[in-house]
Amino acid sequence: MSGIPHDHYEPKTNGEKWLNSRLPIVGLLYDTLMIPTPKNLNWWWIWGIVLAFCLVLQIVTGIVLVMHYTPHVDLAFASIEHIMRNVNGGYMIRYVHMNGASLFFVAVYIHIFRGLFYGSYKAPREITWIIGMLIYLCMMGTAFMGYVLPWGQMSFWGATVITGLFGAIPFVGDAIQTWLLGGPAVDNATLNRFFSLHYLLPFVIAALVVVHIWAFHTTGNNNPTGVEVRRGSKAEAEKDTLPFWPYFVIKDLFALVVILVVFWAIVGFMPNYLGHPDNYIEANPLATPAHIVPEWYFLPFYAILRAFTGEVWVVQIASFVTGGIVDAKFFGVLAMFGAILAMALAPWLDTSTVRSGKYRPMFKWWFYLLIIDFFALMWLGAMPAEEPYATFSLIASAYWFGYFFVILPILGVIEKPLAQPETIEEDFNAHYGKADADATPAE
Amino acid sequence: MFKKLAIGAAFAIALTPAASFAAGGGDQHIEDFHFSFEGPFGTWDQNQLQRGLQIYTEVCAACHGLRYVPLRDLEALGYSEEEVIAYAAGNFEVFDPELDDFRPAIPTDHFPVNDGVGAPDLSLMAKARAGFHGPYGLGINQFFKGMGGAEYIASLLDGYTGEEKEEAGTVLYENAAFPGGWISMAPPLSEDQVEFADGHPATVEAMSEDIAAFLMWTAEPKMMERKYSGFVGVIFLTLFSVLLYLVNKRLWAGVKGKKHA
Repeated sequence: MSGIPHDHYEPKTNGEKWLNSRLPIVGLLYDTLMIPTPKNLNWWWIWGIVLAFCLVLQIVTGIVLVMHYTPHVDLAFASIEHIMRNVNGGYMIRYVHMNGASLFFVAVYIHIFRGLFYGSYKAPREITWIIGMLIYLCMMGTAFMGYVLPWGQMSFWGATVITGLFGAIPFVGDAIQTWLLGGPAVDNATLNRFFSLHYLLPFVIAALVVVHIWAFHTTGNNNPTGVEVRRGSKAEAEKDTLPFWPYFVIKDLFALVVILVVFWAIVGFMPNYLGHPDNYIEANPLATPAHIVPEWYFLPFYAILRAFTGEVWVVQIASFVTGGIVDAKFFGVLAMFGAILAMALAPWLDTSTVRSGKYRPMFKWWFYLLIIDFFALMWLGAMPAEEPYATFSLIASAYWFGYFFVILPILGVIEKPLAQPETIEEDFNAHYGKADADATPAE
Repeated sequence: MFKKLAIGAAFAIALTPAASFAAGGGDQHIEDFHFSFEGPFGTWDQNQLQRGLQIYTEVCAACHGLRYVPLRDLEALGYSEEEVIAYAAGNFEVFDPELDDFRPAIPTDHFPVNDGVGAPDLSLMAKARAGFHGPYGLGINQFFKGMGGAEYIASLLDGYTGEEKEEAGTVLYENAAFPGGWISMAPPLSEDQVEFADGHPATVEAMSEDIAAFLMWTAEPKMMERKYSGFVGVIFLTLFSVLLYLVNKRLWAGVKGKKHA
């Protein structure tokens, strides 16, 4: 691995040399763990570890659940109850898995917004950002299919609504939807393939995580100042960085355990709070629930999907221009995926040369507004599709796109950034003072 | 750190998905009953669960099943093995494919399925319904008061106004807790309908609470074990986080200056 200069693993004993000349795995682990990390990372940088933990947690609890779960429309719901009642500790394993998905998404959203604020997506970290977006997409797919597996009412009707989105694609939509479902409607074939893919995708995510880490280990971490680590020499780099082990491992572990206190309290005392009561009713294709609501982590994008109705002039123009090929439903689908694509394009939409939002006086406020917008969309996604929520949804969706496609490009041109620190060391010392051990006679 | 925690908590608390729950309308009245099992410290009231079982057996079981609940689980309500055997054999018959005939139930059987008149199964009813999810769909009250499934059941059973009407050949009964206000289930409970061995009063309200508590148990029989795991985990993780805090502080002390030590 290239990047910031630092010490590398040197095999000492004959055994180590023997292994290293055949498989340099110890060196790989050493370099990964000892990567020089900007020493001024703040607490917003701990969510990567939380995410890694979530992935492992979900895979481990998921594999145990699979040992007792039956993917069949007549048996799935009952097998979940079997887990809840008869399997030793089954109620905890299932509730941890259920709420683990929520922790996963809390972490990923904070992680993404941290990247958006501190400009972590900017050169040279575009690849890290794009891979991160792919991971996020895989997470959404995994979570969606996992939610179908208990075969409750919301599982069934959520699957019906979401796969119906693909049916909105012009010309080939119906064929694609049938192909996805394995039949004309959500049924046993759907449940089985969702189960299969729900088991597969986490390993795809794991592979993407490796590439994600590889990419930012090459470029080095971003940091709150956005100023790059000095790489002229090892000595210079060491003024700006500390090795990941032990400094950041311990720091991140501390943060992780604090977060787990809250997580465990939710699992132990209110495990169904983030779920929907309807999912404790077995799926019934003949009874549609009064409101079909996705899980909370999909709500912002669900709100964008629903915001573009046939009454909106943009939709009407699109429909007119394309001769009716892009109707309101398809427009909504495009908007929903477009909202995620907009985030993925951030590296090329942001024209500012300054990375960190800390030194961007105008950007800051637009960014805070984006956070509010995100929460507003989340709330609106849970509200019924009627006034005044429809209008609010439209405004909030417009801001989401406006932020990425208008505000980010313009700000880079008109904004006058604040002075940035020369080095990470300077920023760190301004915060914490200069350590005695670090002081050399020359300084 | 705390700012982040607060934001993380806000994610979890303020913006939950269940904004519109099965019992949707705003005109429902769900009474906020107090149940002994509520909150992190709440425990089952064993006598209440036994009364609830008695009401279920004598009243509800005529139309409603409890298909996911094994009869052997009744030992958790304080009954002996012999009592459960006697209860199973005395109250339920199940179809045995090996005999190709019905036989008296044994503890390894589940409560029978009962879909004769189209009444819903009650095993999970207390988790399949919720109370008021407000204000403004934010669910903050549920964060403090629980999901409200048992409240819904008790409110429903105690919520008949006495009005009835006939619609397309079906008699509907007005009920303050039911979405839409009219339910096809006739008022199932009446004063002194059940006689409790412990002499507990059998008013409609008291019985409504008893059966709601029992159905919470059938829906979440491992609730106490779950809360116990919750306490063990929270206490362990809290202590662990204190240790890690101290380790982290010492670790970084050598790197940071005295300014913020």
